[in-house]
Amino acid sequence: MSRIRKILGTLLFFSCLSGTLLLGVQATTGNGAEKSPAGAKTTLKGVIVTEEDLLYEKECGSCHFPYQPWWLPERSWEKLMSGLQNHFGESAELTPATQQQLTGWLRNHAAEHSTIGRARGMLRSIKADATPLRITESGYFRRKHHELPRQVWQENPAVRSLARCDACHPRAELGSFNEHEVKIPGVGRWDD
Amino acid sequence: MKQLPTLAAGVLLTFAAATAIGGTVVEALLAGYRGAGASAFDATRGKALYNGTFPGEKPSEVRQCTTCHGVDPNKPGLHPRTGKTIAPLSPGANPARLQNPDEVEKWFQRNCTWTLGRPCTPQEKGDFLTYLQGL
Ligand code: HEC
Ligand code: HEC
Ligand code: HEC
Repeated sequence: MSRIRKILGTLLFFSCLSGTLLLGVQATTGNGAEKSPAGAKTTLKGVIVTEEDLLYEKECGSCHFPYQPWWLPERSWEKLMSGLQNHFGESAELTPATQQQLTGWLRNHAAEHSTIGRARGMLRSIKADATPLRITESGYFRRKHHELPRQVWQENPAVRSLARCDACHPRAELGSFNEHEVKIPGVGRWDD
Repeated sequence: MKQLPTLAAGVLLTFAAATAIGGTVVEALLAGYRGAGASAFDATRGKALYNGTFPGEKPSEVRQCTTCHGVDPNKPGLHPRTGKTIAPLSPGANPARLQNPDEVEKWFQRNCTWTLGRPCTPQEKGDFLTYLQGL
């Protein structure tokens, strides 16, 4: 692994950590969080997350687990962000300023800009003329989940939708989707 | 302090203001609704809105505030499609609630549109907040 890739990987890992850390920050506001001059927030554990990481976490993590931006290409995020009034049958409307800010953040962190193997795999599985709005409809995702019988998700009241990454991947918020960690609610460990 | 980005400073200030003077966020919202034509607020009507049923897209589908927030606003709810837990809506059970006017309006806009098929009126919003405050 090259040095730069390692650094990018670490950065990404830290920004994915923001989910868990955010809770820590909120719980201890006043002494747990400090601001660094760069506008980044330093938590007690010394991990730096930016204001925009936290904004994404807050705005796009209120109804579901905040999907890592490297799961989709820039054009997908752009299309998704321009249709928030009807977001998969719900309204996820934002103020124009926040919408613009998050669209920029998503584009900057999209699959094209990631060195993560899974992001590359995802990109390769999307046709050049396609603009998927769902991670779960990509070839990459389907390939990884095609062995899963419908009984364990669609007919499982504790899962229902494959978009609920964190239902089965306990460390999804940390950006970890290792197949040996998978635990399906009501079914248990999934090792094949 | 001058090095802080405005956004961060703004967030801190909002937070500080909200914690220091608790209920006034709701007071200010209510005053705004009155200014927009609402009359006296009534917690009973707010409760009726919370428990009201509205038609969904399919004939079999019923939409309610309780669909996501659960029957008891003092207890956590659950988003039925995404499975995410939603912290209790009542400020009594969850002091983080109703602390930021922009957040309150953002969620009213989204949730009334989804549930009722239209935005809530200032009267409905005021009744609803009065109901939550009294829990
Ligand atoms: C008001 C609730 C709500 C908010 C806020 C919200 N979403 Fe969603 N989102 C949903 C629902 C509901 C689905 C569909 C879930 C399903 O089909 O299981 C969804 C699905 C998605 C999916 C597709 C998942 C898949 O692969 O199937 C993506 C990507 C997504 N949201 C991104 C975002 C982003 C980015 C934001 C922030 C701008 C956001 N969401 C904010 C409710 C929301
Ligand atoms: C119903 C449970 C379930 C849900 C929901 C789910 N997964 Fe998975 N996922 C699995 C299982 C089981 C495997 C391992 C499949 C196998 O080994 O055949 C897996 C494998 C994977 C892998 C490959 C892991 C590896 O080590 O190569 C990735 C990446 C992944 N999932 C990502 C996601 C993402 C992203 C989401 C949400 C958009 C998601 N999963 C939702 C159950 C789930
Ligand atoms: C489809 C799911 C869903 C439905 C239905 C729903 N809500 Fe919500 N509501 C949410 C989510 C998600 C949040 C934000 C969660 C959080 O802050 O933890 C929220 C937040 C709110 C807030 C913001 C509170 C605050 O702290 O600022 C209010 C007010 C609210 N909802 C009112 C309503 C009303 C009134 C109805 C019925 C007309 C309703 N909701 C129906 C999902 C829903």
